[in-house]
Amino acid sequence: MALIGLLLSHTLAGAEPIPQAERRSGFDQMSPEIQAMQRDDGANPGMLAVADGEDLWTKAPPSGGPACAGCHGVASSTMRGVAARYPAWDARTDKPIDLQGRVNVCRREHQGAEPLAYESPDLLALTAFVAAQSRGLPMAPPDDARLDPARAEGRALFEARQGQLGLSCAVCHDDHWGRRLGAAVIPQGQPTGYPLYRLEWQSVGSLQRRLRNCLSGMRAEPFTYGAPEYLALELYLATRAAPLPLESPAVRP
Amino acid sequence: MARTLINVPKTAKPGDTITIKTLISHPMETGFRPGTDGRILPRSIVTEFICRFEDEEIFRAELFPASAANPYLTFTWVATRSGRFSFTWRGDGGFDQTESATITVA
Repeated sequence: MALIGLLLSHTLAGAEPIPQAERRSGFDQMSPEIQAMQRDDGANPGMLAVADGEDLWTKAPPSGGPACAGCHGVASSTMRGVAARYPAWDARTDKPIDLQGRVNVCRREHQGAEPLAYESPDLLALTAFVAAQSRGLPMAPPDDARLDPARAEGRALFEARQGQLGLSCAVCHDDHWGRRLGAAVIPQGQPTGYPLYRLEWQSVGSLQRRLRNCLSGMRAEPFTYGAPEYLALELYLATRAAPLPLESPAVRP
Repeated sequence: MARTLINVPKTAKPGDTITIKTLISHPMETGFRPGTDGRILPRSIVTEFICRFEDEEIFRAELFPASAANPYLTFTWVATRSGRFSFTWRGDGGFDQTESATITVA
């Protein structure tokens, strides 16, 4: 309770976004053991999902449509840098779209297959595989004016107090990163490693799952998977994180 | 078939101590959790891991409840000669999987 009081008293002045030079991945705040686990592809459990994704990439769907590789070819060259540019603008629906959404649009329109459910192992595997092709590249959110309204909405959501504790994302991740919340060090909340393997989950999960986690921790009502609010937050977070390098599949405690 | 990641150096010099790393994708269901229908999900964990070099057992582990999902096991071996490792995981519900890797010692 004392900590929450401290948080509240410190943040009445309002949140300022983190300047580019001070942006840090959550990787830097992890223990050396977990850092080593992420660095070593033989120990990083996220690589299991990447390997599954690689299989799915070349496997044609039962509908008889082409496999991902049928159009996109060799992922290591064609998908290099793609994940760093998502969420992007989808001209067909006139809405922002994230990597998960893009995979499902491709499945529906080009493969004649059912969209994959959020957090299903196949969707996580495919997005992990695609994201892994951009490892080490800087986050490069598209400079597209059509995305600006959603980005602004994302920032407003990030800075709005919500839930029974009256916290906002910014209260922890802009104003108090690097300090402790209980035993845990508060990270900046940079989405550079998704989909990532979280030891607490004992599985791979998406950024939306992580956002739901934070929302329920703030005792706010999480939005349903695929909600436009998540897209807006993902967009703002990508802008807020650039130019940190992508590290999917990351490992986090 | 569960997904596995096995990391064995391709080559080694005689007398080198090499590190072997193995990871298997497995949910390690505890047997204590209720499912969505309220019934207890049956336990499904890996209970045994054996590594053999040619036909000689070089490492064995027994796993128990409270092991992490996707268990990661790493151990060392002194390289003597070229040959083939086999890795076997066994567990509840008849789970049995064997993978292999080769090493050249010269």
